Amino acid sequence: MIAFIPIFPFIGFLINGLWYAFGQAPSKRHKASSDVTGGIATFFIFLSFLVSLVSFIQLFSMEGDHRILQESVFRWMTVGSFKVDFAFCLDSLSSLFTLVITGVGTLIHIYSIGYMKHDSTPGRFFAYLNLFCFAMLILVMGSSLPLLFMGWEGVGLCSYLLIGYWYTDLEKAQAGKKAFIVNRIGDFGFLLGMFLVFGQFGTLEFDALQAAVHHQGATLEPGIVTAICLLLFVGCMGKSAQIPLYVWLPDAMAGPTPVSALIHAATMVTSGVYLIARLNVLYSFSPVALQVVACVGAFTAFFAAMIAVAQKDIKKILAYSTVSQLGYMFLGCGVGAYTAGVFHVITHAFFKALLFLGAGSVIHGMHEEQDIWKMGGLRSKMPQTFLTVGVGWLAICGVPPFSGFFSKDEILWQAFHSIHGSTFLWAMGAITAVLTAFYMTRLFSLTFLGAPRFDKTGEGHGDRSVHESPFVMVFPLQILAFFSLVAGFMGVPHWSWLEHWLEPVIPLHEGFSVGEGSSMEWVLMLISVLGAGMGIAVALKAYRDLEFIQRLGKRFRLLVKLLENKWYIDEIYEAIFVQPIRKISEILWKKIDILGVDWIVLRFGKISMKTGAAVRMIQTGSIQTYALALLIGLAVATGYLFYASF
Amino acid sequence: MPVFKGHLLSVIVFLPLFWALMGLLIPGGGREGKKVLQVWAFLGSLLTFVLSLLIYFIYLPKGPAFQFSETFDWLPSIGITYTLGLDGITLSLVLLTTFLMPLAILSSFKSIESRVREYYFLLLALETGMLGAFVALDLFLFYVFWEAMLIPMYFLIGVWGGKERIYAASKFFLYTLVGSLLMLVAIFYLSYQYKIQFGHYSTLITDLYSLKLMGGNTLMATQNILFLAFAFAFAIKVPLFPFHTWLPDAHVQAPTAGSVILAAVMLKMGGYGFIRFAFPLFPQAVSYFQNFFMTLGAIAIIYGAWIATVQPDIKKLVAYSSVSHMGYVILGLFSLNEIGVTGSIYQMLSHGISTGALFLLVGMIYDRRHTREISAFGGLAKVMPYFTIAMMIVTLSSIALPGTNGFIGEFLILLGAWKVSPFLTVIGTLGVVFGAVYMLWMFQRVMLGPIRHLENEKLKDLTFREAVVLLPLVMSIFVMGIFPSLIMDKMEFSIDRFLHQSSSDWANLHLQASHPDSMIKKGN
Repeated sequence: MIAFIPIFPFIGFLINGLWYAFGQAPSKRHKASSDVTGGIATFFIFLSFLVSLVSFIQLFSMEGDHRILQESVFRWMTVGSFKVDFAFCLDSLSSLFTLVITGVGTLIHIYSIGYMKHDSTPGRFFAYLNLFCFAMLILVMGSSLPLLFMGWEGVGLCSYLLIGYWYTDLEKAQAGKKAFIVNRIGDFGFLLGMFLVFGQFGTLEFDALQAAVHHQGATLEPGIVTAICLLLFVGCMGKSAQIPLYVWLPDAMAGPTPVSALIHAATMVTSGVYLIARLNVLYSFSPVALQVVACVGAFTAFFAAMIAVAQKDIKKILAYSTVSQLGYMFLGCGVGAYTAGVFHVITHAFFKALLFLGAGSVIHGMHEEQDIWKMGGLRSKMPQTFLTVGVGWLAICGVPPFSGFFSKDEILWQAFHSIHGSTFLWAMGAITAVLTAFYMTRLFSLTFLGAPRFDKTGEGHGDRSVHESPFVMVFPLQILAFFSLVAGFMGVPHWSWLEHWLEPVIPLHEGFSVGEGSSMEWVLMLISVLGAGMGIAVALKAYRDLEFIQRLGKRFRLLVKLLENKWYIDEIYEAIFVQPIRKISEILWKKIDILGVDWIVLRFGKISMKTGAAVRMIQTGSIQTYALALLIGLAVATGYLFYASF
Repeated sequence: MPVFKGHLLSVIVFLPLFWALMGLLIPGGGREGKKVLQVWAFLGSLLTFVLSLLIYFIYLPKGPAFQFSETFDWLPSIGITYTLGLDGITLSLVLLTTFLMPLAILSSFKSIESRVREYYFLLLALETGMLGAFVALDLFLFYVFWEAMLIPMYFLIGVWGGKERIYAASKFFLYTLVGSLLMLVAIFYLSYQYKIQFGHYSTLITDLYSLKLMGGNTLMATQNILFLAFAFAFAIKVPLFPFHTWLPDAHVQAPTAGSVILAAVMLKMGGYGFIRFAFPLFPQAVSYFQNFFMTLGAIAIIYGAWIATVQPDIKKLVAYSSVSHMGYVILGLFSLNEIGVTGSIYQMLSHGISTGALFLLVGMIYDRRHTREISAFGGLAKVMPYFTIAMMIVTLSSIALPGTNGFIGEFLILLGAWKVSPFLTVIGTLGVVFGAVYMLWMFQRVMLGPIRHLENEKLKDLTFREAVVLLPLVMSIFVMGIFPSLIMDKMEFSIDRFLHQSSSDWANLHLQASHPDSMIKKGN
C-alpha cells in the first residue's frame, strides 16, 4: 500500500502533464484554469497524504523494533552481485517526512490555486508540483542509496523546472540552471560516496548497509568511513545549501512563491538532513566527519544570517534565513543529535512554509512588489496575513512556546552538552539566534508595522488596490500557523515523544541521555530566550525610526555594501571557476584539438597524398571490398539503366 | 520454420540491401516517385526491425554462446568462412540499429530533396553493412562488412552534406581506412598463426579464441602488438581521444540521418570490436594496456565535455558530447568487471538513443532556420512547445538523470571503474558535472529566455511526422531507464562469458579452448 504514497502524485502529474501537453500547449485556445488543474493536483497529493496518515497510524500500532513497512515494486538494476530494486520502505523516520511532505504539500497546493490564478499556464505548474512531490517521496521512501539518489536528482530537476518556470525571463532561466549545476557539484560527492560505500560494504541497500556496519564494527577503518561521510556530505551541501554550495538557493527565489515555500524551505532542502539521519549509524562512526558537519552547519547558520540582515527583497531574506536554519539542522546532526536535527526540519517546515506563503500573500496583495522598503503598515490592509505571519515570526525567533523555540533550543543545548559539541559551536548558534530574531523582526516591522511607504514610491498601485488574499490562500496560512504554534510540543525536553518515536532508526547514544536534568540546560535556555527577546526588541525599536537606520547604514557603508552584495561570493566563484574553465576549454579546442591533433593528422594525410596515396584511397588491398564496390557500382548502373528507360 | 530460423540472420542482414536494390527498380520520378521511394525504404527498414524483434523474443539468454548461427565455406583454401551468429551483446546492438534506421529514414522525408533514389539506396546498403559487421563471426567477413560500411557513409556525407562535405567525407574515409589497414594485417597474421598451431588457416573467431599467443609486459610482446593493431582501428571508430578529430567534421557536415546513424550505430562498432575481438583474443594485452586506455577514456570524458561547452554550433556541441560519452564506454570496458562492462554496453545503447535523438532535434530546427548557430536561437520554448518537451527529455537523458537511460550506463560504469581505479573514476565522475553544464547551457541559450530574432517568432512546432520520429526515442529513454532488465537479462550470460575469455588467467582460457565446439551451436 505504501507504494501509493508516491504513485498518487505521479498520477496527478501524468493527468495534468498530458492534458497540458496535448490539450493546452500547442493551441492557445483551451486554457485550463488554475481551479481545475490545481484541484486535480491537490486531490492527488491529498490522497497521498491520507495514505501516509494511515500508514503512520499502522506504524504507530507496531512494536518499536518492528516499526517498518516495506514494499518492493519491481527490479531496477541487477548486475552480478549488484542489485537495486525499486523498493520502498516506511519507518519511523521516513513516515515523519512523508507526513510533512504530503501534509504541507497539500496546503501549498491549495494555496497555489489562488496564487496562480492569473498565470497563463497553471496546468504546467501543477504538473511540475506533483512531479516534485513524487520525486521527494521517492527520496525519503527509497530503500537504497541509488533510489534515494533518483529522488534526489528528481527533486533537483523539478526545482530547475520550477525556478525557471517563467522561462522567457532569462534571469530566471539562469537561476534554474545555476541551481541544477551547483547541485550537480554536490552530486559529484554523493556519487563518489556511493561508490566508496559499495566498495567497502558491497551493498547500497540501507538495511544491508546497516547490518554490514554493525558486522564490521570495530574493524572498520575510520579513514574510509570518514571519507564516505564527507563525500555524502558534499551532496548535502549542494542540496541543502550549505557553505560553499549555498549560492543557488537565494537565486532560486526567481520561482513562484509557493515553490519557494514547498521546495526551497519545507521539503527538498532538508533532504540533506534526512540523508545524514538515515545514515546516522555510519556518521556516528566518524567523529571527524561529524565535526565537519557541525562546523559547516554552525558557520553557515551565522554567515547566512549576517547576509539576511542587509537584504531588501522579502523572499531573499527568507531564502538566507532558510540557509541559516538549515545550518542549525546540520549543527544538530553534527553534534550527534540527529533527532534534534529532524525535529528542527519538522518545525521549520511549518513556520518557514508559513512565512514564505505569507510573503507570497503580501507580494500577491502588493501586485508583485518584493522590496520591503516599499511596504509598511500592511497590518490593517492584510489582517489575516499579518496575524499568521506573526505566528511564524515568533516561531522562527524562538519565542516560547512557539515551535521554533523547542527545536532550536534542543539543538543549542546539544551543541553545548554533547560529547561532539563545544562551547564554540553553542556560541555560534546562540549569536545566530540573536541575529535571526533581529532580521526577522526587521522584516516583520518593515512589512506590517509603521506607516505605509508604497504611496511615496510613485510606482503606481495606490493605497486602495492593496488587498487581503482570497480565502483559498489564507486558509493554508491559518493551518500552518496552528502547527507552527503547537508542533514544538512533540519534542518538549525530557518528555520528548519524538525522541522515543525515532529510537528504532536513531538509537540513543550515551552522552545524549535525557534522564539527567542539568541546571546548565535551564541557564542556556534562559540565555537563548533573552537573546531572542533582545534581538526582537532592538529591531523593533530601530526600525521604528527609519532615518536613524539610514544614518546608521551610511556610517557602516562598506559593511552594508559587502552584505548587500552577499560577500561577493558569486563574483568570486565566477572568477575562480567559471571563467578559467571556459578559457581553458577555448584553448583546448582551438589550440590542441584543431591546431594540434588535427594538424598532425592532416599533415600525415598530405604527405601520403603526395606519395601517391590518392590511389591508395581505393586500394584497400582486400579483394572483397573491390568486389563489393563492383557489386554496388553494378547495382547503381543497372538501376540507372532501368530508371532511364522508364 | 527451422530453415527460416537457420538463416534468419542472413535474411535480416541482407534484407535492407535487397530492398534497396529493388528500390532502384521502382519507376518514376517527380514528387510522386519520391514519395514512393521514401515509403519503400521506410517499409524495408521497418520490416528489418520487426524481424530483429523476433530474434529478441526467440533468443535464449541462457542458451549457447552464439545463437542463430549459420556457416558455410567461402574461401576454404585460406580458411575464410561465411559465419554469422549472435549473442546477447550483439542482439542489443542489432536491435539498436534496426530500431534507429526507420526513424532515420522517416526523418529524411522532407530534408532530402535531391537524388532521392540514391540516398535511400545508400542508407539501406549502410544498414546491411552495419548489421553484417555486428553478426559476423569470421574476422575476415567482419572486415569486409566493416569496410563496406564506409562506402555508403562516404557518399552520404559527400553528396548530401553541408558546405565542407568533401573535406569531411574524405577525412572520415581516410581516417577510418588507415586505422583498419593494420587490423587487416593482424587478421592475416592470426590466421597464419592458427595454421602453425592447428594445421590449417582459419579466421573464424571461435577458432581464434583458442590461439595461444605470447603475452608479456613489454610493448613488443605478440599479444600487445596485435592488440594495438586492432585497438587502433576500434579507437578511431569509438572515437577515443586523441583519435576523435574526424568526428566533429563528419557530424557537422553529414545530413541529419547520416549523423544519427554515424553517432548512434557506427561509433558502437568500435566498442563492439573491442568486446568481440580485441579483448577475448588478447587477454594479456588487455591487462597490460588497461590503465593506459582507462586513462584515455577518463581524459576523453573531460576533454570532450569542456570542448563541447564552448562550441558555437549545436551540432558540434553534440559531436563533442559524443566524445565525452564514449569516453565512459572505454572507461567501463577496460575496468574488466561485470558491473563496468555491463554499464559500457548499456551506455553504448543509451548513447545511441539520446545522441540519435539530439541529432534529429538539431536537424529539425536546421530544416526550419538553415543554421545551427546557438546564437541564432533563443526562446524557442515559447513557439515550439512539443519540440521543447522532446528536447528537455533528451537533454536529461544526455546528462544521465536517474530514471532515464543515460543514468544506468554511467552509474554502472563508474561503479565498476571504482574497483579498478578510484582516481580515474573521480575524473570520470567530474564528467557528470560538466555534462550538465554544457547541455543545460545550450538548452538555455536555444530554448529559454525571450525570442531575440524575428525569424524565430513564426517557427512551426513539430509536424506529425517529426513527432512520430521522436516519440519512440523519448519512450525508450524512460523504458530503458526504468526497466533496464529488459535488455540486461539478455546480455548477462554473454557478458559473463566475455569476461571469462578476457581475463588473462591462462588456465581458464585453456579450459574454454579445449571445447571449441561448445562455442557454436547450430540454431538453439
